[in-house]
Amino acid sequence: MGHVLAVVIDGIIYSSWLFIIAVGLTLIYGVMKILNLAHGSFYALGAYAAASLVGRWLAGGGSPYGSYAMLILAAILVGLVVGPLIERGLLRFLYGKDEIVLVLVTYAVFLILEDAIKLVWGVEAYFVSEPYGLLGSVSIAGLTYPVYSAALVLVSLLVGAAFALALNRTRQGKLLTAVIHDREISAAMGIDVRRVYLVTFTVGTMLAATGGALTAPTVSVVPGMGVEVIVLAFAVVVIGGLGSFAGAALGSLIVGMVRSAAVHYLPAVELFSIYVVMAVVLIARPRGLFRALEARKI
Amino acid sequence: MRAPDRTETIALLGLLALLGGGALLPQWALFLVTLALTKGLVVLSLLLLMRTGLVSFGHGLYYCLGAYAAGTVGQLLHVGDAAVMLLVAFAVSGAVALIVGLLLASYRGIFFAMLSLAFSMILYGLLVKSSALGSTDGFNIAFASAAGVKLSSASRRYFLFALVASFAALAAVGMHRFLGSHLGRLVPAVRDNELRVEYLGASVRNIVYLNSIIAAALTGLAGALTALVVGHIDPEMAYWTTSGEFVFVAILSGTSSVLAPFLGSLLFELLRSFAYQYSPNTWQMVVGAAMLLVIMFLPTGLWAVFRGKRT
Repeated sequence: MGHVLAVVIDGIIYSSWLFIIAVGLTLIYGVMKILNLAHGSFYALGAYAAASLVGRWLAGGGSPYGSYAMLILAAILVGLVVGPLIERGLLRFLYGKDEIVLVLVTYAVFLILEDAIKLVWGVEAYFVSEPYGLLGSVSIAGLTYPVYSAALVLVSLLVGAAFALALNRTRQGKLLTAVIHDREISAAMGIDVRRVYLVTFTVGTMLAATGGALTAPTVSVVPGMGVEVIVLAFAVVVIGGLGSFAGAALGSLIVGMVRSAAVHYLPAVELFSIYVVMAVVLIARPRGLFRALEARKI
Repeated sequence: MRAPDRTETIALLGLLALLGGGALLPQWALFLVTLALTKGLVVLSLLLLMRTGLVSFGHGLYYCLGAYAAGTVGQLLHVGDAAVMLLVAFAVSGAVALIVGLLLASYRGIFFAMLSLAFSMILYGLLVKSSALGSTDGFNIAFASAAGVKLSSASRRYFLFALVASFAALAAVGMHRFLGSHLGRLVPAVRDNELRVEYLGASVRNIVYLNSIIAAALTGLAGALTALVVGHIDPEMAYWTTSGEFVFVAILSGTSSVLAPFLGSLLFELLRSFAYQYSPNTWQMVVGAAMLLVIMFLPTGLWAVFRGKRT
């Protein structure tokens, strides 16, 4: 019984982490039809920015509890700076091109950003573990978990709730849904699609950076942290259905639970269990679990 | 009698030039050119797929499979013959493609790319967790003879170079002939308008399936050749970044000629060696920037792939 509980709790923690990253990816795809390979480097940028900011804050004698605000601030800053830069500076010229071309473009951006990170922050590892240990740990049925993980789950629930609320209750959310369904008609109806694109990409970047910033205290921040994350996020988003938020939630839950079960019961399959699930879902339901309705275009 | 085809003439002349010049090149240059040619083979198979309108982000699957097939035969079954290793690699990749290609043939666009990526990552995950195959370290691979003829270690490097150059020329000419044949001319037609091809009476799915198998077998062979040249294989060959590198070289070369992949691959390897020597931390940036420039300003190779998909 204790073992199953460990699997479930680990799964939930991992799923929350995945959800924060995947929801940004699915948002960007849903609105802009761009499969953003650079999402991994936004994640890494968030982690590095968080490491720098928290490091500065603590070195400057700030309160340790303020470091959490620094984490969130780092994520927001990365989103506000990098998002519009890439969207206005590069992607704007390439809308309307074939999807696979845009994948290649974001792949190029990913490569550039990976080296940019190395140029700015160097190649040594950064450690910013104070926020992780500060909240202490909690014991659930004999298993010890850091309270930080609970905070991670809380943040991901908040993000999910915020999206659900914003998309369904606010006017901007409904405009966004309209653009997701049909960009041309939305533009014809008078929605400023370019501004929607800018905001979407910025929010997506911010979410990826949040994932990175929240992960920074738990790992050593090294170059190349974004590479593994991208394929995981893809697996999640493809399983759930590209462009679907409920799909991102369900996808992260599935992937999180599968990985957790694999780690506990059959460690040999841990690495590829996720991709097997992704392949199986793609074969059975090519558009993912929550497929967006699409009219057939000749 | 028909005048000889220009591409084939160039390929033959190139082969002769390489074989002749190869004897004069220093060891490091010989190694570089050999490696560039084997990777060029992979890019050639990507060219075939791109002409069909598909971009595969998972070619590392067959590349790694070919290498590991050759290595397993060599190390674990103690076969020292290069010909056997290459044949096994070719057969194994082709066999896997028979199954995987069947699944992939139903997909297009980014789903094809993502599913192929998933399969290559599955292989990566399998290999990393398999301690019998060396996990992330991989293992060394060596050969003592080729088709029964024993080779001294001194002549082995030149022999490999000659073998790779011959395979490259053969593959280029073969691909050229295939693409000029009746079936091959349907390949760009599939890229342009699948529905029309079906109305013509050809099966799009069969064409895509066949192309997947050809591409896979060629890539597996290239993987085994790379393994023999480098002498070491590891699971990194199946990682998505390796596949991404091949895609980059394919874009750089363009899809207009079967000789382009080899030139592009040579250029890439030369650039990489010198970039790593002088500035190792900006290599990826250079690659990314070059890819962006090619996509935005040199569309001939790239647009020919995606022409007809969007108005």
